[in-house]
Amino acid sequence: MNTEILKVKNLKTYFAINKSSGKKQYVRAVDGVSFSIKEGEIMGLVGESGSGKSTIAYTIMGMYRPTEGEIIFNFNGKSIVTKSNKRSLEFKKNVQIVFQDPGSSLNPYHDVRQILSLPLRVHKIVPKDKIEEKIAEILEMVELPASFMYKTPTSIGGGEKQLVSIARALCSNPKFIILDEPTSSLDVSIQAKIINMLLKIHREQKLTYLFITHDLSLMRNISTKVAIMYLGKICEIAPTEIFYKSPLHPYTQMLLSSIPVISEEEEALKPKKVVSTGEIPSPVNVPKGCSFHTRCIQCMDICRTEDPVIHQVSEDHFVRCHLYKS
Amino acid sequence: MKNNISANENTADIKKKSFLSDNTREKLRIYWYKFSRNKFSILGLCIVLISIFLAVFAPVIAPYPQHVKEFVDYDKAGLPPCASYIFGTDVFGRDIFTRVIFSFRGALLMSVIVLAIAVPVGVLLGLIAGYYSGTWIDVIIMRITDVFLALPPMILALAIAAVLKPNLTSSMIAVTVMWWPWYTRLVYGMATSLSKEYFVKNAELIGASKPYILFHEILPNCLSPIFTKMALDVGWVILIGAALSFVGLGEQPPTPAFGQMISDGARYMPDLWWMTIFPALAIAFIILGFNFFGDGIRDMLDRGR
Repeated sequence: MNTEILKVKNLKTYFAINKSSGKKQYVRAVDGVSFSIKEGEIMGLVGESGSGKSTIAYTIMGMYRPTEGEIIFNFNGKSIVTKSNKRSLEFKKNVQIVFQDPGSSLNPYHDVRQILSLPLRVHKIVPKDKIEEKIAEILEMVELPASFMYKTPTSIGGGEKQLVSIARALCSNPKFIILDEPTSSLDVSIQAKIINMLLKIHREQKLTYLFITHDLSLMRNISTKVAIMYLGKICEIAPTEIFYKSPLHPYTQMLLSSIPVISEEEEALKPKKVVSTGEIPSPVNVPKGCSFHTRCIQCMDICRTEDPVIHQVSEDHFVRCHLYKS
Repeated sequence: MKNNISANENTADIKKKSFLSDNTREKLRIYWYKFSRNKFSILGLCIVLISIFLAVFAPVIAPYPQHVKEFVDYDKAGLPPCASYIFGTDVFGRDIFTRVIFSFRGALLMSVIVLAIAVPVGVLLGLIAGYYSGTWIDVIIMRITDVFLALPPMILALAIAAVLKPNLTSSMIAVTVMWWPWYTRLVYGMATSLSKEYFVKNAELIGASKPYILFHEILPNCLSPIFTKMALDVGWVILIGAALSFVGLGEQPPTPAFGQMISDGARYMPDLWWMTIFPALAIAFIILGFNFFGDGIRDMLDRGR
């Protein structure tokens, strides 16, 4: 239970952009991120749009080539270290991803049976004559009727499409699933259903999730560990309980205090009110020093000149801020 | 009330017994509905069917099948349209109607063969270049395609046909060589944008093979524009073929071809006007038909409308 299934070491993903001036510039989408996920955990990765959450996910999956850093996976005691964007078939069997947009993640010209049989055939999960049985079984797992097999993505709703995407990710019996904002394009009632189902599958199949979202209240309910990202860097990582009880980084405090609440009791649970100001700067021209200093209310002189390194505050609690330098 | 219900059950029973499954029948019904909404599409379909029928059964339908071989009958030369020669006769006394019907053969055969070679080649190259867009594979394929597209198609075809021995085969080769780049361009554009779609990314992440991704994930999404273009192109291939044979680079006499008949007849204008007008009308007829038909196919395969 306590083995680390994924370890990311100093991961950097830069994208070159050609400016007319001829000087090469880079979008620093992911800029030196390190974290690890233990088996059975649900790690929440939270951040504003453009903070590099999805880029981390895509780099882990091998869709982008990392500029620097290592990705280490551990399956059944065997570790796979990758520095490039090539992934072995074994990796592809064990690690799957569910994309944000269910509309474009299913081929409109295939029916559900064809979509789900692809991973079964590629990874030879079941013999050819048992494929339909297995598909029915997987559809049952995501609470869809077996008759869904013959439907096409054009004839089913958004929530059902996302369920089919999740079913496809489950087909190859993976150990680790990346969920890239799986519910953000769906309406609230379906969101709840899908989240509950994901949690059920997590329990039953002993999976590990990396859950990317910008919904902090959702994270509180489902994750075991939360990481906050800002401009391609992780600001704070902590177990969920500590994270919500005693957030340390000024950015985390700002985000948590901006969660809309309904009742006064909930308001009382929130950390002190911090007014959010400004916009996330461009990842091309990252501010000098701490990247958050332009919006930070506790900004000090050192913040403008020196980029803080990550400090360990307590056992699993890490903060990247000058305020907590030990 | 009771009668009504039993009648409904009866029709349901009949449907189940029929050869096609309900699902297929329903799909075909929708396709036919979309195709037939435009009445010109039906007209196009009729013209296409008539052309194919004439081409296939030319020896049976034509009143004087011997007139397509070496045949001279100066007694009946230059007759205007009349009951026994409805399109009139040419300067050798050959029946124009017979020769027009036989020209359908060569023309259709040419477009079928040209498209049967140009489309698979063009589509395959377009798929590969589009999927690998941004890499050297894309650069090589698309620059070669650009070279072919940069030359005026008619001049390229003329040059190729002139170098080879003038006959139907070499005009087919000439037209095929100038035709495939259009399909490469068409498919390239679609494949480039489709390969960025998440369902293609997902197939890659699952570990599907490259041929599977190209032919099962990307190709089905490109088929409807390809089919539409094919239906429209049949007419254009016939037109280019006629142009080549007009300058003497297609089918050689005595075997008839549209372009060759028009150029022969042009020398006797306006006295023997029927020698030119009827083959020209036949070309217009067949091209119009395939254009209407192509529009119908486009309406039929269009999604969401």
